[in-house]
Order: sequence, then structure tokens, then C-alpha cells
Amino acid sequence: MSPASSATSAVTIENLRVTFAGGAAPVRAVNNVSLRVTRGETVALIGESGSGKSVTLRSLLRLHPAKKTQMSGQIEVGGRDVMAMNASELAAFRGRVASMIFQEPLLALDPVYSVGDQIIESIQRHMKVSRSEAHARALKLFEQVRIPSPERRLAAYPHEMSGGMRQRVMIALALACEPELLLADEPTTALDATVQIQILLLLRELQSRLGLSIIFVTHDIGAAVEVADRIAVMYAGEIVEEADVRTLMRAPRHPYTQALLQSRAHGSLAKGTRLATIGGAPPDLANLPPGCAFAPRCVHVEPACREGSIAIAALGPTHQARCRRTHEIVWQHTAAAKA
Amino acid sequence: MSTPILQVRNLTKHFPLKNALGAKTGQVRALDDLSFTVHKGETLGIVGESGCGKSTTARLLMQLIAPTSGEVMFEGKAVGSRDLPLKEFHRQVQMVFQDSYSSLNPRLTVETSIAFGPQMHGVSEREATARARDLLSRVGLEPARFAGRYPHELSGGQRQRVNIARALALQPRVVILDEAVSALDKSVEAQVLNLLLDLKEAFDLTYLFISHDLNVVRYISDRVMVMYLGQTVELGQTEAIFANPLHPYSQALLASMPSMDPDHRTEAPPIAGDPPNPINPPSGCRFHTRCKFVQAACSANAQQLFASKGFEHHVACEFFELNANKNKVFKEKANQPLAETAL
Repeated sequence: MSPASSATSAVTIENLRVTFAGGAAPVRAVNNVSLRVTRGETVALIGESGSGKSVTLRSLLRLHPAKKTQMSGQIEVGGRDVMAMNASELAAFRGRVASMIFQEPLLALDPVYSVGDQIIESIQRHMKVSRSEAHARALKLFEQVRIPSPERRLAAYPHEMSGGMRQRVMIALALACEPELLLADEPTTALDATVQIQILLLLRELQSRLGLSIIFVTHDIGAAVEVADRIAVMYAGEIVEEADVRTLMRAPRHPYTQALLQSRAHGSLAKGTRLATIGGAPPDLANLPPGCAFAPRCVHVEPACREGSIAIAALGPTHQARCRRTHEIVWQHTAAAKA
Repeated sequence: MSTPILQVRNLTKHFPLKNALGAKTGQVRALDDLSFTVHKGETLGIVGESGCGKSTTARLLMQLIAPTSGEVMFEGKAVGSRDLPLKEFHRQVQMVFQDSYSSLNPRLTVETSIAFGPQMHGVSEREATARARDLLSRVGLEPARFAGRYPHELSGGQRQRVNIARALALQPRVVILDEAVSALDKSVEAQVLNLLLDLKEAFDLTYLFISHDLNVVRYISDRVMVMYLGQTVELGQTEAIFANPLHPYSQALLASMPSMDPDHRTEAPPIAGDPPNPINPPSGCRFHTRCKFVQAACSANAQQLFASKGFEHHVACEFFELNANKNKVFKEKANQPLAETAL
């Protein structure tokens, strides 16, 4: 392992572009995404379906089929160049350095092996330990993710468990080989409300106890607020705004982030008030408009927004947004808040 | 409150479980002895986790499946009786499903889909088509652009608008919305919720709004019914339930909503474990296995829904007043980890 070029950086993504060919027209799923995650930090990627958040996450493990995917840019995880890895290097990397929790554990787990066997297999694949040592480690992992009667549960099959238990198994499996980076793709979306909060708090606890770096993909802003230190908002394959959680929730500067926060139904709304909405629908990724992709739906749009790409601009030490009019918008935003 | 439009009495649905040879091996008690009333012009929200019976309730109301026992009354007439044949009931009560794609016929244009129902009820093709076009514009889809399209040519939000238009084509009085906005993205969800409010006013509708999203239910509902494992645990005015939930499950469910304030994150999970399996639901109060206020009597006595202090707030927990006092003590201990429940 080479000493990391940037000692505190767990993940560095530079100018990542992912294009899926094979359909009628190439789909530009990720367009020029750059993101840094420091060690021990949790970053949430939020956005609507088709915004490119899951594609970005999967790119970190190079999970897209090579034949139909064009990838460019740089991805470094803990100083390792992921884009340059060959098949065997990738196999050693996945699960050991970075591992993933998927949305639907029933699909991600193998139905014909007991969950204990799957964890033991993963441990023995990456670490030189005996089966009994691997078993002991699996048991410890089950205790760590708070699975009741862990010894008995190791012998269970995925279909014998409830959704919340399966997701705990999934987390135990992801943590089996002590990875540096945990990638979570909508890990609580398929769970019930009372179970979702348990899993979110478990992730937060494991993160601080194990010093993990986590990239957490979700469409649920509430889930992001519960776990993340920083939030990056994606739209049409680009990060449109990125800030620490407090700044993003209290002073969003990109019109899309503002609209997203305003369009939520929430408790303080008076009965019968209409929700603020974003007109139109997200753009077709096979046919992106020139200029800002949000321009067709933006209330602050002006002709120049539709020409040429827009660079992401720093608005503060931990805050950046991809919008030409952030200064005017912030004025309007505060003016509206005072009114 | 005004007159009841729908009355549900002791509705029960048990699904038999069969082995490979077809012999009965048990039953899923999806719904047990459910009774409630929907008043004319209101929106009744139904919330609960998966397996609590909220979708079964919707399907039983629509008579898509037959109840094991119990009855549904529409304006005082038993559904399916001679007074109110099923076809007439379906003209009055329509439903919108969660999956906007699978609930539309892929081989019909949206206009044909919407006009199909009225024609089955004796409206002429010309009139039905005119009505379909009018409804399309009402739900925000310009007829000239959208009438001739097929479902796959529309986005999820547009398809759900078509489903809403189709549900309204028979000019029903009641619309059952089963997770109708759950599959939509947030920005589209807000558009459809606004549309539902507009249509309710324009057509004088009554909604039964089923969702697992508490924020959305709070926003749209006048009254809320909280369900757990096939039973109602609490029923009351929306603001009463959200401001002061009386049942321990409602309290836990509301406390499970992710915080939107980075400075006040949730400290400890309100309850441990998953909802139990409805195949063998716990005895007595079905929530007693996860309830932090559980007492010896809870596993023995089934809980009846009864009115609390106020007339319109019902709760199925005989100890709710006792618990209200204990809650203060529990809040102080909130940071201690809860014991895991055996599942």
C-alpha cells in the first residue's frame, strides 16, 4: 500500500463522467462530478431518481458493466487509483477497502447459503484466518450490529429474517473485512419507519466507533440529516450544491436545493396551504439541455443560464454551488425570509 | 362532523396459508375486527408499517377481495346487497394505486383508458371521450398533447395524473388513494398533492388516503387512523394525533421520523425490533412485545378502541393515561439503550 497522496482524504473523485451506451442514444448519467470525503466523515448524496447518485456510488467500486459503460476522470480511495485497477486488484479491493450496503438485502444476499456462511466466506476471501476464527469474527459482527441471539441467527437463511434483521446482516457483511470506506445505497428506503431510524442510528454509531468514512446515497433529506456531516445535492448527473449539513439545511443557495426543501410536506404547514412545487420534470439524460440542466425548471432562470456549462463556485469554506446567480438568489431568499 | 359516507363494521380478513399439497397450514391475520367511519367531505389518512393491513383495508373496501367477515356500508346501504349492487358502488367509490405503470393498460392510449369506465356504465363514446379530455386538462395534462399517448410515453408523475383522471371519470364521491404518491420523487409528489387538494374541492370528494409517509398524511388528512398488525390503535383529528399521540405505538412511530434539524438529531431509537409476523400475532394487545410501558395484563387482554377524553380521539390502550405520566420519566432515560425484543 502506497502512502496516501493526501493523508486525510479517504475518497477523491475528480471530473467523473459515466456514460451508458448501448441504448438508442448514450445516457450521460454522471457529468463531471468531483467529490472529496475525508477520513471518518459521512457524506450524503441526495437527489431524485435519475440524478446520478447511485451511479456515482457504484463507480467507486467499478460495478458498471465495462462493455456498455464509458468512464472517465479519476477515482482514488485511500490513495489507490480505482480507475487503473485490473480485475484481480478490483476483487481484492471490493469488500476489503470499500464495501457496499444495498437497498434491498433480500436481493443482495444469497438465498441458498446461511447468512453466517456468507460472512465467513467473505472474511476468508480477504483475510488469512481459519474457519473457526472467521466464525468467531462473524459472531462478534452480529453482536456489533445488535442482532438478538446472534449464534442462532448465524445459521439462519435470508428468507427467515425480517427486513430490519436482513439489513443488519448486510451491514455486518459489509463490515466483515474492516473496510475503510462504507458505501450505502438507499440502505433504509425499503424499511419501515420504526426500523429505519434504528438502522440510521446504528450506522452513525458504527461510523464513530470504527472511524469509517461513509458515502450515503438517499432521496430522503431526513435520513441524510440524521447521519451525514456533509450533504451533496445532485441533479441531472451533476453536484449542484455541497455544504456541511447545517449550512445546507439553513442557507441553501442553489435554486434546486431551495425548491427541494420547500416542496416537502412538513408538520409546520398550515392546513390547506399549497406546497411550493418545482414545475416540469427532471431532464432526459440522453438529451441534456446545453447550459444549466435545471434551467428549464428554475424560477430564477435568465437567458445566459442556457448557454455553456456552469462551474461550481465556492460560497464559503465548506459551501459551494453550481449556479450563476447565487448572489442575487441569496438576496431574494433572505428578502423572502424577512417578508 | 357531517354524515358518514362509508361505514366499516367488524371487517376481518384472514388469508389461508397452504403447503405444496394445498392443505391449510395456518392463516395470515391481515385484518382483525376493524371498524371505522368516513365522513362526507373529509380526508381520512391511514398510516402504519408494512403488514399492518392498510392496503388490505383498501382492497376490502373496493371489494377487490372478499372479507372473511364484516361489512362495508355506503351511505347506509350494505355494499353488494340488492340496495347497492357492486357496479353502482364502484361508480361511487374509485381507487388510485401506488404503481402508476402496472395499473394502466399498456395497449390503450390514456384517453381510451380514462373513457373506458364511463362507457362500461352506459355513457356514449362521444361523451366519454369528451369527459376524458376535460379530465386530462383538469389534472394538468394538455389533451392535445397527451390524449393519444400510451402509458410508456409518460413520466411517473404524468401517469399518476392519468390514474387520478381515470378514477374521477365515473364522477365518484369517494376516492381511495393507496400509496398514490409514494413512488414519486419529492418535487413531483408536491405537484400531485396540490392537484389532489384542488380536485377534492372542485368535485366535492371524500378521500381515504393510505400512506406510510407521516409528513404527507399530516399535510393532507383531516383525521388519521394509526394501524398496527391488522388493528386500529388510534384514531382521531390529525393535529390531536400528531401533537399528542396517546397510544405507545403512535408515539414511537412519530418519534421515528428522521429529524430535519442537524442540531437535534434522534438520540436513541424509539422502539427496538421489527413488527412481528401477522401469521402468529402476539396475544392480547398486539403491540405488547415492543411496548415500553408493557404490563402483565397487556399480553392477556385484547384492547378495544375506546374514546379518550375527547369525543373524537380513540385509542386502543387501557393504560394510556398512566403512560402519559411515565413518559416523562422515560424521556429522562431516553439515552439508555433499549433491551432488544426477542422476535
